[in-house]
Amino acid sequence: MRPFAYARAETEAAAIRAVSAGGPGTRFLAGGTTLYDLMKVGAEAPERLVDINALPGLASFDTGGRRELVFGAGARMSDVAADPRLVAEYPVLSDALWKAASQQLRNMASLGGNLLQRTRCAYFRGGEPFTCNKRAPGSGCAARDGIDRGHAVLGGSEACIATYPGDWAVALVALDAVVDVAGPNGARTIPMEALHREPGATPEVETSLARDEMILRIRVPATQLGRASTYHKIRDRESYAFALASAAVALRMEGEVVREARVALGGLATRPWRARDAERGLVGQRLTAEAARAAGDAALRGAQPGHHNSFRIELGARTVADALMIARQRA
Amino acid sequence: MIGATLVGSSLAPAESAAQDTNARDSASGGLEMRFTVNGEARRLTLDPRASLLDTLREGLALTGAKKGCDHGQCGACTVHLDDRRIASCLTLAVQANGRAVTTIEGIVPEDGSLHPMQQAFIDHDALQCGYCTPGQIMAAIACVREGHIGSADEIREYMSGNLCRCGAYAGILAAIQDAAPKMQAG
Repeated sequence: MRPFAYARAETEAAAIRAVSAGGPGTRFLAGGTTLYDLMKVGAEAPERLVDINALPGLASFDTGGRRELVFGAGARMSDVAADPRLVAEYPVLSDALWKAASQQLRNMASLGGNLLQRTRCAYFRGGEPFTCNKRAPGSGCAARDGIDRGHAVLGGSEACIATYPGDWAVALVALDAVVDVAGPNGARTIPMEALHREPGATPEVETSLARDEMILRIRVPATQLGRASTYHKIRDRESYAFALASAAVALRMEGEVVREARVALGGLATRPWRARDAERGLVGQRLTAEAARAAGDAALRGAQPGHHNSFRIELGARTVADALMIARQRA
Repeated sequence: MIGATLVGSSLAPAESAAQDTNARDSASGGLEMRFTVNGEARRLTLDPRASLLDTLREGLALTGAKKGCDHGQCGACTVHLDDRRIASCLTLAVQANGRAVTTIEGIVPEDGSLHPMQQAFIDHDALQCGYCTPGQIMAAIACVREGHIGSADEIREYMSGNLCRCGAYAGILAAIQDAAPKMQAG
């Protein structure tokens, strides 16, 4: 591992100043579960880490607001997952957290850092002799003719088909969350859906954040949709694995009829993937098994299979359909 | 081990440990840090790259926590940081600055008997080779304290971060179910 300098910031302003002034090799350090892991495999090689774990207030969260739920970027996944109000009123958010990683990692990982976790693509993690346009832009994508069983069927490009691995971001996208960020030029708010980018020709640029911008908090509009919601995650093993396919869904029902629906996909796309066609098709419909399956098909329309991952298109459609039926039970 | 050497590790107990909680560059180029390990104040100078796991094992000779994958995937390195279970291989040692670490060596009662969870692992044959056992026990103790023992399924879910290649999972589950009321009584 390349040597690096370490400093612990005492204030937000000092942290941003240090990362901004430090140049391209300087990075924020929160839980470290992704960054330190990738430093060990050489996919990340920072020269300087600015530890933001001591910043006052960054770890607080409030799920009781009438207008919105507010999550400090430094809050730990385990603490938020166990919040009783979230469990009862926003199961899609709680599920997305406790179904990710292990309790050890959830105790370490922050909500903001979790949004920025990088792909599990084995060619990205492995590096040479394999090519990867994220690691070395322009070098090529070994996954395109390699083992692409876990790679994206939605949102890929010639340059990259790496799957966005997270769960929490998918649930947030479904609920129209926003993130407040701060940088050397001040603060701004980014819709969750605009935080992650599709790879296009520049897969090394994964988010719309500048390197020296820090996520301060995540805000979710309070909504009745939260109650009839779920994060349904299908994996190779029942627990502690990344999604082969997942669906965050939330419903507002009037009797048997869907009045409003949110559908987002995880594990299938290069970024958290909102499925608006599926949502539109559900509104005004009775939520039968057939209607749910049709929504699943709509969510996966346009999916591009590679060599080993075509089964995940069918799996994705079924995951959406099952998620809708689970959420309906909670209405 | 990747670049996790300790620089001039000082094992002398620090008299006023945990008062100065801001790790800083020392003259030697390493970072000075103070933390509490199994109730004992420690002061170290270390390379910022050092993981908490390597620091415990190689700097402090506490070899109970094991290195399995070194990537947070197997749970063999599980210790408690401020009473919460974590993967010590994915924790920079400097992140433990000013905090309290408990390892498997630190859970034994003062009378030298075994912790109820250790005894339960023996009673239920919850191991074969034993390599994952310190991590399993530290995770299991935390699982009980967190209250994630409502059902066998809940225990399995909240113990999924600890892999056992020998497949002693049935015994591990039985051990946790046996030890939980004894821990709560104690």
